[in-house]
Amino acid sequence: MLEVQGLAKSFGLQAIFKNFSLYLPQGRFTVLVGPSGCGKSTLFDCLTGMVCPDQGRIVWQGNATAHLGGVAAYMQQKDMLLPWLTLGENALLPVQAKPRALKNMKQAKEKLARIFEKIGLTGFQTHYPDQVSGGMRQRCALARTLMFDRDLVLLDEPLSALDAITRRELQGLLLMLQKEFGKTVLMITHDIEEALTLADDIILLGSAPMAILERFQPRASKPRDFSLPEFMDIKARILSRLLTEKEKIQG
Amino acid sequence: MKWSDMLFPSALILGILVLWEAFVRVMNIPAFILPPPSAIGFCAVIKAPLIWPHALTTALEIILGIVIALGTAIPLAIFMFARPGIEKGLSPFLVASQAVPVFALAPLLVIWLGYGIWSKVFMAWVIIFFPITVSLLSGLKSCDPDFRRLFTLMGAGFWMKLRLLYWPWALPQFFSGLKVGVTVATIGAVIGEWVGAQKGLGYLMIQSNARLNTELVFACILWLSAMGLGLWALVGFAEKRIMTWKNNSFIKRKDKQ
Repeated sequence: MLEVQGLAKSFGLQAIFKNFSLYLPQGRFTVLVGPSGCGKSTLFDCLTGMVCPDQGRIVWQGNATAHLGGVAAYMQQKDMLLPWLTLGENALLPVQAKPRALKNMKQAKEKLARIFEKIGLTGFQTHYPDQVSGGMRQRCALARTLMFDRDLVLLDEPLSALDAITRRELQGLLLMLQKEFGKTVLMITHDIEEALTLADDIILLGSAPMAILERFQPRASKPRDFSLPEFMDIKARILSRLLTEKEKIQG
Repeated sequence: MKWSDMLFPSALILGILVLWEAFVRVMNIPAFILPPPSAIGFCAVIKAPLIWPHALTTALEIILGIVIALGTAIPLAIFMFARPGIEKGLSPFLVASQAVPVFALAPLLVIWLGYGIWSKVFMAWVIIFFPITVSLLSGLKSCDPDFRRLFTLMGAGFWMKLRLLYWPWALPQFFSGLKVGVTVATIGAVIGEWVGAQKGLGYLMIQSNARLNTELVFACILWLSAMGLGLWALVGFAEKRIMTWKNNSFIKRKDKQ
């Protein structure tokens, strides 16, 4: 499990968060929802080592670490595929980048072939990123995320650059894969319905400084039906809180 | 390049040559002042047995200069990239070294390194070294920090990132620096030969110039330009072979149209 304890970060005089704590239970899909500019991205920057927090600890499986390099898999809005590698080579990068990885290469390739089959990329291994569509590229990024072979997965708005239909498809894939591989997932999204589709826990964040306003644990099993009153209720509550928060920022 | 793209430059060159030829003949200019292009071309071909060994020496100097420059500039650029503190310390010296007129060093180099090829190799090296270092360094530094984060999370160390990410990322800039470098390398070698040499196209030019054999001077210039172009084409060829993904996206774009 992942614990963030008393994290603080400010840029100049502006405190992004003070004494922020977060607890991620093992094997659950946690989604962070909050107004834009509330500091979600800075939190991810701290977790991934892009930014050094002023205070606080990151604890993974009982051990404090500076950041989650070598611990977490990571996927973001941009597909981040290297243009000089094929889709297959791109997805294999997490295996290749590890020291002394070459002896695992054969197994890794077999695993990749299975993943590519699951997410509908079979036959595109030898294509280059700019020869396929944006949806295909993001699928490949998803395959690469799985090839990290880590128990913890950080998703930074991974689907927000996609069109509605492709996004729906990839949400389905994310769910299937999380169930199958049993990962602990932390995801940022702006899309409340996406949060409701995927999350075991939804954490609603307030801004300036960032803090947890409310936690939701939708009870219905996945895949979910949005017409359930429970969802309409949670969605309405999240929306109204977000609007108040937004007024607070602008006010 | 398509044939139609070649048409305009070829026509321009041909036009200039025709004008030059006509000018020399109509004005009756003596050949030792300005020989007509036809005579230069003729001289460059029939004097080939004389020019060839000199061209070989100059080519050797340039190629050695390029190889040594690659062998020093690449490690230095990587070192400066790996240690930003060292880059801050070194870059003023690199820039200042470019303010020194290297051609003014040529006589000193002859004193230090002799009349053989090494003073010329050194000149070529000095000239190529800078553009390669600077272009490679800025190529390495231009890498998207989001990619750096991705590779850090993969658990890749500096050398692994260099191999898989920074180096390929820097290649386009590296090659444009190298292209500039190899074309100006000729200048370094020739000036070195002017100052003092026993062989080489620069040496042959000085000798012919003193004898008012202007045709041969021009013939040497023609050979030098051909060598420069050849090197440029060679680098371009290597660039295409190494950065194949550029060709892929090019094909893709053509397919789309």
